[in-house]
Amino acid sequence: MRAFVVLLKKEFLQIRRNSFLPRLIVAFPILVMLIMPLIMTMDVRNVNVVVVDQDLSTISRRIVSHIEASDYFTLIGVTSEFERAMGYLEKGLADVIVQIPDDFERYVANSMAAKISITANAVDATKGSMGMQYLIQTITHTISEVQEELGSTMLSDLVTIQNRFNPTLDYRHYMIPALMIMLFILICGFLPALSIVGEKESGTIEQINVTPVSRLTFILSKLIPYWLIGLFVLTVAMGIARLVYGLSPEGSIGAIYLSAVLFILTISGFSLTVANFSETMQQTMFVMFFFIMVFMLMSGLFTPIDSMPQWAQRFTLVLPPRYFVEILRAVYLKGATPVELWGSYVALGIFAVLFNSLAAVTYKKQI
Amino acid sequence: MQNNFLSFVKKESLHILRDSRTMLIVMLIPVVLMVLFGFAISTEVNNIKVAVVAPNRTDAIRKAVTQLAQNDYFSFYGYISNDQVDKKLRSGEVNAVVLFVPDYERRMVDVGSGVSGSPVIQLILDASNVNTAGAASGYLQSILWGPVSQQTLFETRMLFNPQMKSAFNFVPGIMGLIFILVCAMMTSVSIVREKEMGTMEVLLVSPVRPFKIIMAKMIPYFAISCIVLLLILFLAHYLLGVPMSGGVWGILSLSMLYLVLSLSLGLLVSTIAQTQVAALLISAMVMMMPILMLSGMLFPIENLPKFFQVVSTLIPARWYIDAVRKMMIQGVPIAEVWSNCAILFGMTVLLLGVSFKKFNDKLE
Amino acid sequence: MNDVVISVRELTKRFGDFIAVNRISFDVPRGEIFGFLGANGAGKTTAMRMLCGLSYPSAGSGTVAGYDIRCESERIKRCIGYMSQRFSLYNDLTVRENMLLFAGIYGLSRREALAGSERMLGKLDFVSEGDTLVGSLPLGWKQKLSFAIATLHSPEVVFLDEPTGGVDPVTRRQFWEMIYEAASQGTTIFVTTHYMDEAEYCSRVSVMVDGEIRALDTPARLKQQYAANSMDEVFRILARGAKRGE
Repeated sequence: MRAFVVLLKKEFLQIRRNSFLPRLIVAFPILVMLIMPLIMTMDVRNVNVVVVDQDLSTISRRIVSHIEASDYFTLIGVTSEFERAMGYLEKGLADVIVQIPDDFERYVANSMAAKISITANAVDATKGSMGMQYLIQTITHTISEVQEELGSTMLSDLVTIQNRFNPTLDYRHYMIPALMIMLFILICGFLPALSIVGEKESGTIEQINVTPVSRLTFILSKLIPYWLIGLFVLTVAMGIARLVYGLSPEGSIGAIYLSAVLFILTISGFSLTVANFSETMQQTMFVMFFFIMVFMLMSGLFTPIDSMPQWAQRFTLVLPPRYFVEILRAVYLKGATPVELWGSYVALGIFAVLFNSLAAVTYKKQI
Repeated sequence: MQNNFLSFVKKESLHILRDSRTMLIVMLIPVVLMVLFGFAISTEVNNIKVAVVAPNRTDAIRKAVTQLAQNDYFSFYGYISNDQVDKKLRSGEVNAVVLFVPDYERRMVDVGSGVSGSPVIQLILDASNVNTAGAASGYLQSILWGPVSQQTLFETRMLFNPQMKSAFNFVPGIMGLIFILVCAMMTSVSIVREKEMGTMEVLLVSPVRPFKIIMAKMIPYFAISCIVLLLILFLAHYLLGVPMSGGVWGILSLSMLYLVLSLSLGLLVSTIAQTQVAALLISAMVMMMPILMLSGMLFPIENLPKFFQVVSTLIPARWYIDAVRKMMIQGVPIAEVWSNCAILFGMTVLLLGVSFKKFNDKLE
Repeated sequence: MNDVVISVRELTKRFGDFIAVNRISFDVPRGEIFGFLGANGAGKTTAMRMLCGLSYPSAGSGTVAGYDIRCESERIKRCIGYMSQRFSLYNDLTVRENMLLFAGIYGLSRREALAGSERMLGKLDFVSEGDTLVGSLPLGWKQKLSFAIATLHSPEVVFLDEPTGGVDPVTRRQFWEMIYEAASQGTTIFVTTHYMDEAEYCSRVSVMVDGEIRALDTPARLKQQYAANSMDEVFRILARGAKRGE
């Protein structure tokens, strides 16, 4: 017990003495939480639109003026030839072409099928598809207006839409839990590995290995500081989410901390396991880098897991952050309870036990 | 002197070759990431899980549900009761719920006969995921009204990437991200490591000029990166089906410029960092964030607040990704992205200049 | 009290095809300063690491402080001190913090640890340097500190792996005085070195060549046996046929 206390104290002293770590631990979460939500937005703005107006009617002019008035679009020009519009698109001056065909007004007036064609540059897929969705919405709106004026039923009147859990459709609310997870992955993923490999490279680990300190004591003394740092980071991040973005968790704080503890245990244990298998710091870092990239891009942080191909979806089942993403978003935004999310909690728990035992087993005092 | 230089290059290459485990890791990581992400990541929303609440399962409703279930965008969860709605949405078992009014059939007849209607369908969406909610509301409405309105108002085309295969979109982004991080990590660590072990001093007292020592360190890493680049382009083309219609040579030469830039960035990091830990933290963790966020890889640059659009011009990956997207997918020849090339070239020269200057300053 | 503290029989360590240590056997009685000599690559460090429980023997047996090196290495670790070839205290901790850390690791209570480290600081003449970061100390001081820490918990045996490499002659002299003092209090010292003048200070020396022990006796008798004037000569005669080494 005494050995454990002094080792723990030593870890904290070393972290404090490091010229870089304390600054990183404090500044990194604050910067990430303050800056990233400004960047992470899926609201497409400034989509450049060219309209090919072959109808030259009241309704087509109305569509053009609605596009011009919208915040989402910048009207680059109106032309009557598709080729000219295509020229704009190829030069990168326009992102989307809207083509209103001849006789469009007559068709609409008679409730007949008419086609507006929309051509988007999908080189940037996000922008292309989002721009297209917004255009369809804008134009549909214009057309229903006209139809209502003509006296027919608007289909959009027949349906009510309720946006549960995030009525303002604020994308930030969706991304803030993701940012917290990203912080955990980076801080609790990289740092413990670095600290143990650092001892390997400087030879101090050998001095520890000839002492009667048990493997578990040593590993725990390495891990606990990072668990506490992780919880500190979570608290700071939640504070910022509340003060700056007015987002407080719908669910219980306890449920959040419980999942966070399980996740921090998992990721730091994982990190130590990788360090135990590596010979040099360079190797550890490259391998950790690899897993961190996989964790960040495949756990549903930025892109939905549901849209992945089947095999990839199955693969995500072995990625611990996947469960944490599910839990944190559900608890934070939807107020879900651990009972409702028991599967994910259990999965995280299993990973936590697994990786920490692996870390303790693979740490060899003797070769 | 030339001989000296070559022997240094040889020494560095041997270093790297001997450490076969590290080399294998360095070569495998980018390739595996590329393939994994190329296949798996997609920003497109599909497989939206939809449940239906329908007190009377009439023919019209059954028909609508069948259509829903057949659509690629949705997977039909099943019928649920009204009081389950909240729970299912909260646990994430479903993303959207469609509620039909009990007298749906009769009301739709009214609508058909021109009697203006009140709402007959309610869509409850899990808007915690804004994207899915948006897509679900759009697609659901188009499916539900399809048979009623008999109007197809829009014909849409996605140019250059017709199936919206995300691989196309992500390959340039991932290349931009991985090259810069891996290269910066490799160079910064290998130089700082020599600093830490004191072997750098041994090299510096030799008659070889510091400039050459650094070059000798970078050349083998450049060679490795080139092999990785070739592997990635090969896989992107043959495995992921990226067209590369703008010319392979253009893509290759631009990518090689980008590799040099990334290695120089590592060099700069090594002049700042005193320990390997610091070097790694700077090049893997601190740099990952802005590159991931501001390079246009995940979030379109035009969407950023003005300030960050300005900041993003400082990020090399932004220019590289933009140019490679155009060349790989749109089929633009390298001549048309000359401004991107010029910017990257300028950045490379600047980075190399600054890091050599800093390196020399340290010596005096 | 002439009991045996280290006893080794046919101890062997193989790394693949390479036999680093080849069937060595010897006994070290309590309180002895046992010199373990050999050229670079002769297998000294490997042999020592097996005795400390850092490395598992491929064959053979041995006991340290009465415990089996195969299955009781954790018990052995309570009774030994170790100072590795590389300086391996924490550079980012102060002298005092390092002392308290290792005292705590060996289970000394806080009070004992404080008293022990102050006593040690006084003995080393380090009191004014107690709060200096170890990383900023000159090498000779670091080595003395390492030795002090290796003996802080009064172990039965102290293993020293080339403790005086790169240290100036004055400090080396002081260092050996510390070794003598520890030995006079009954601590057994197991020391590897390749300074042959240091070999003269040992009670007994063994000379390792190519993983085997070629000679083992007191310095005086070895010199007599090989008709040499100094240990240096003895060593050169023995190492002449070495295949390994640089």
